[in-house]
Amino acid sequence: MSDDVIKTDAVIVGAGPVGLFAVFELGLVDIKAHVIDILDRPGGQCAELYPEKPIYDVPGLTVVTGQELTDRLTEQIKPFGAEFHFSQRVESLDRFDGGGFTLTTDLGKTFECKVVVIAAGGGSFTPKRPPLPGIERYEDISVFYSVRKMENFKGRDVLIVGGGDSALDWTLNLQPVAKSLTLLHRRQDFRAAPASVQKMFDLVERGDVTFKLGQVTELHGEDGKLTSVTVKAPDGSSFEQKTEVMLPFFGLTMKLGPVANWGINLDENLIPVDTAKFETSEKGIFAIGDINTYPGKLKLILSGFHEAALMAQQAYHYVYPDKKLVFQYTTSSSSLQKKLGVK
Amino acid sequence: MARITFIQNDGTERVVETEPGMTVMEAAVKNSIPGIAAECGGACACATCHVYVNDAWREVTGQPEQMEEDMLDFAFDVRPSSRLSCQIKVTDALDGLVVRIPDKQF
Repeated sequence: MSDDVIKTDAVIVGAGPVGLFAVFELGLVDIKAHVIDILDRPGGQCAELYPEKPIYDVPGLTVVTGQELTDRLTEQIKPFGAEFHFSQRVESLDRFDGGGFTLTTDLGKTFECKVVVIAAGGGSFTPKRPPLPGIERYEDISVFYSVRKMENFKGRDVLIVGGGDSALDWTLNLQPVAKSLTLLHRRQDFRAAPASVQKMFDLVERGDVTFKLGQVTELHGEDGKLTSVTVKAPDGSSFEQKTEVMLPFFGLTMKLGPVANWGINLDENLIPVDTAKFETSEKGIFAIGDINTYPGKLKLILSGFHEAALMAQQAYHYVYPDKKLVFQYTTSSSSLQKKLGVK
Repeated sequence: MARITFIQNDGTERVVETEPGMTVMEAAVKNSIPGIAAECGGACACATCHVYVNDAWREVTGQPEQMEEDMLDFAFDVRPSSRLSCQIKVTDALDGLVVRIPDKQF
């Protein structure tokens, strides 16, 4: 595996606005960064929760949407050539002799670096778990929040719950392999792409998919094996739906995740930092943006930007222990302008 | 000023005073009402501020718009009286509003 290890100066955990801007600030001081994010694209909450929602407090921009801010930041950091690793979560972070860190993702990628910047916001996005009594006993046996291998659903009675793109896409994709496929949604309207909804209704017409209205209220089965669920119909009546497998798609929520196991001091799921360097209890590990805490902390994008700038000043000393950092302005420094590709 | 009553699933009631212009979610968060997580901060993007509007008040608070109805898909145990409290703006007409907090939020 050692051949596959990616060696770099810094690893940034989280590609939200603050993680993206950290690429910029580190880049100005010649620190190369790789960025890892659980989502399949940059932007973090801005991309996942607010792509079309207006933000009014980014200095210099009267109004900007989450997506537009993400796009602008992505453009702004281009000169620094950071590499992105999407759709994966950092599982482990260990210090190795000689003052560096090893990080491993759930996809098996390994990184070696001198500094780690945790810009993980509210944590990593994970599928929402319906608050149904005892659901955890069924998870990964007969209740799944994602489809890793379609094979696992071959020849089985599958119940998909939800009305968004994930629910509809998996209805269409799993129908050919499943023994039976039932889609359950609380209403007749769908958030999903109209074309997928149409395809689903075509399959219903042909008798290949069953569509039912309602919400799951109870799970039934033994040893993690689901046999049926109780469904509350819109008229208030209840019925039993036989199924071997349930796939609930209720969107994503943020969970701190493995960060809790990295040996960093935490305070109520936030990472305490000092306000001069934004360093955690562990030297060389920084935390910026919504995930950190300090007296007076405000969870604002603009605060995260400021934190990224100060973090980079300290990070420099770990990456270049023998050099002295002279502070420069992008407006007047020809060397900074060269890095930015404007000179 | 409008007074809003929040009723928890166990029957506990809390009356809070609010200013017109804020949302019912903001009133809940400001007064530390349990059960209103408001994870997304009021952007109608998470469904963790789900409430049931008391029947007598449903006409005054009105029907959810499409974006809110879509987002209610992400809530648990959605009923005809379901609303996302971040989408209910407080007005003087809402003085006396009663909402219930669901037993479980996602």
